[in-house]
Amino acid sequence: MYNFTFHRPTTVRQAAGLLARNPDGKLLAGGHSLLPVMKQRLAQPSALVDLSLVEGMTGVELKGRSVVIGAMTRHADVANSQVLKDVMPGLAAVPGSIGDPQVRNRGTIGGSIANNDPNADYPAACLGLGATIITNKRRIAADDFFTGMFSTALEEGEIIVKVSFPVAKKAAYEKFKHPASGFALVGVFVSKRGPDIRVAVTGAGSNGVFRVKSFEEALKKRFSPKSIEGMSIPATGMNADIHASPEYRAHLVAVLARRALAKAND
Amino acid sequence: MAAVSMTVNGKAVTGDVEPRTLLVQFLRENLRLTGTHVGCDTSQCGACIVHIDGIAAKACTTLALQCEGAKITTIEGLAEPGGKLHPMQEAFREHHGLQCGYCTPGMIMSALDIVRRNGNNLDEHTIRDQLDGNICRCTGYHNIVKAIEAGAKAMAK
Ligand SMILES: Cc1cc2nc3c(=O)[nH]c(=O)nc-3n(C[C@H](O)[C@H](O)[C@H](O)COP(=O)(O)OP(=O)(O)OC[C@H]3O[C@@H](n4cnc5c(N)ncnc54)[C@H](O)[C@@H]3O)c2cc1C
Ligand code: FES
Ligand code: FES
Repeated sequence: MYNFTFHRPTTVRQAAGLLARNPDGKLLAGGHSLLPVMKQRLAQPSALVDLSLVEGMTGVELKGRSVVIGAMTRHADVANSQVLKDVMPGLAAVPGSIGDPQVRNRGTIGGSIANNDPNADYPAACLGLGATIITNKRRIAADDFFTGMFSTALEEGEIIVKVSFPVAKKAAYEKFKHPASGFALVGVFVSKRGPDIRVAVTGAGSNGVFRVKSFEEALKKRFSPKSIEGMSIPATGMNADIHASPEYRAHLVAVLARRALAKAND
Repeated sequence: MAAVSMTVNGKAVTGDVEPRTLLVQFLRENLRLTGTHVGCDTSQCGACIVHIDGIAAKACTTLALQCEGAKITTIEGLAEPGGKLHPMQEAFREHHGLQCGYCTPGMIMSALDIVRRNGNNLDEHTIRDQLDGNICRCTGYHNIVKAIEAGAKAMAK
């Protein structure tokens, strides 16, 4: 790892100020994506701004018809949140499926979303529920936030403070785990909130997380696995690597979407 | 260099470290607590697991400076001062839960976290599932699972 200076602000303002003064600096949340890439020398920030002492950035709260999660809330704390398990167990299952217990004890929702790994789980939940990402500057709809592999709409020095998820009556996530890494080879999040139907896919697309409009359209009549029986998506634009071919990933999208729909209707 | 202070196995410690110093390096190289191991470079093997404020974490994926003011427990902090093993350590000995022993400190620190989260009555499925972040190249896991089941029960006594 290359060396850097280390800072521990206690407010979002201070953190933003430190980033402004250290243009090559980076925020540090749980460190479970950033530190591994720094160890490999694939990233070399001049400064790390640790958010762990910043007040008001953790917790899961029900606010009206939304669940609001602080950016620094650890995966384990979201997965175990009673509030969340009561109103939307389908969302609580997402952090519960991330990595291993030790990763869940350190990794945070804000770090996961900012990182936008093409195989990460939270981006599917954000897009699959139409979440709003709340930063120190503005509110960004999930549809506009994820702009491609490891890339987001966040500007220089912008800090995610919380994420707001509308409560959907029906919501579920199905993930085909890569057996070694635990990441999603493919993961599908489905939800229905009134007329708003969403099917979001992670792990498969070569441009990161995406929605399957053809499935969403077909589900308008009835939100059931039967409505997309026999449907498939084209293999073009799917990821190809040693783990799976584009055809296999496209196939998994349809299979997992049907399973997620069955789970959501349970 | 930056000053860091924390409590390790009940003792207040301080050190002067580079910001890039990992917690595992601080423990092993500054404090000479070499029970915490490094088995990979990819945050996947769990040989480095310690407890930070009572919660299991990978010391290879945590900076020493992130632990300023924290309470750390390592494998060295489990046995009683006279040398009597912790019930989980005793269970690993009794059930032959180790061969080369490289993964063992991480396995035991992870096992204690499984008990924290799931209580003292653990079934095989839970244990195997929750050991997702610990890799052992020797044992085939079978006796590790048995040891954890027995150790968890012994801890309740
Ligand atoms: C062994 C292992 C297995 C894993 N398995 C999975 C898995 O199955 N599924 C999965 O989804 N993930 C997995 N992960 C990744 C894990 O979930 C990470 O914790 C997460 O992606 C990043 O969160 P973090 O809090 O650790 O962020 P960090 O690593 O601290 O930061 C990641 C990036 O986000 C930026 N950032 C952090 N917080 C903010 C903020 N509030 N505002 C703006 N930018 C910010 C940082 O500057 C950095 O660029 C795994 C990781 C490991 C090590
Ligand atoms: S050395 Fe920490 S996980 Fe392998
Ligand atoms: S006993 Fe040798 S690695 Fe587990």
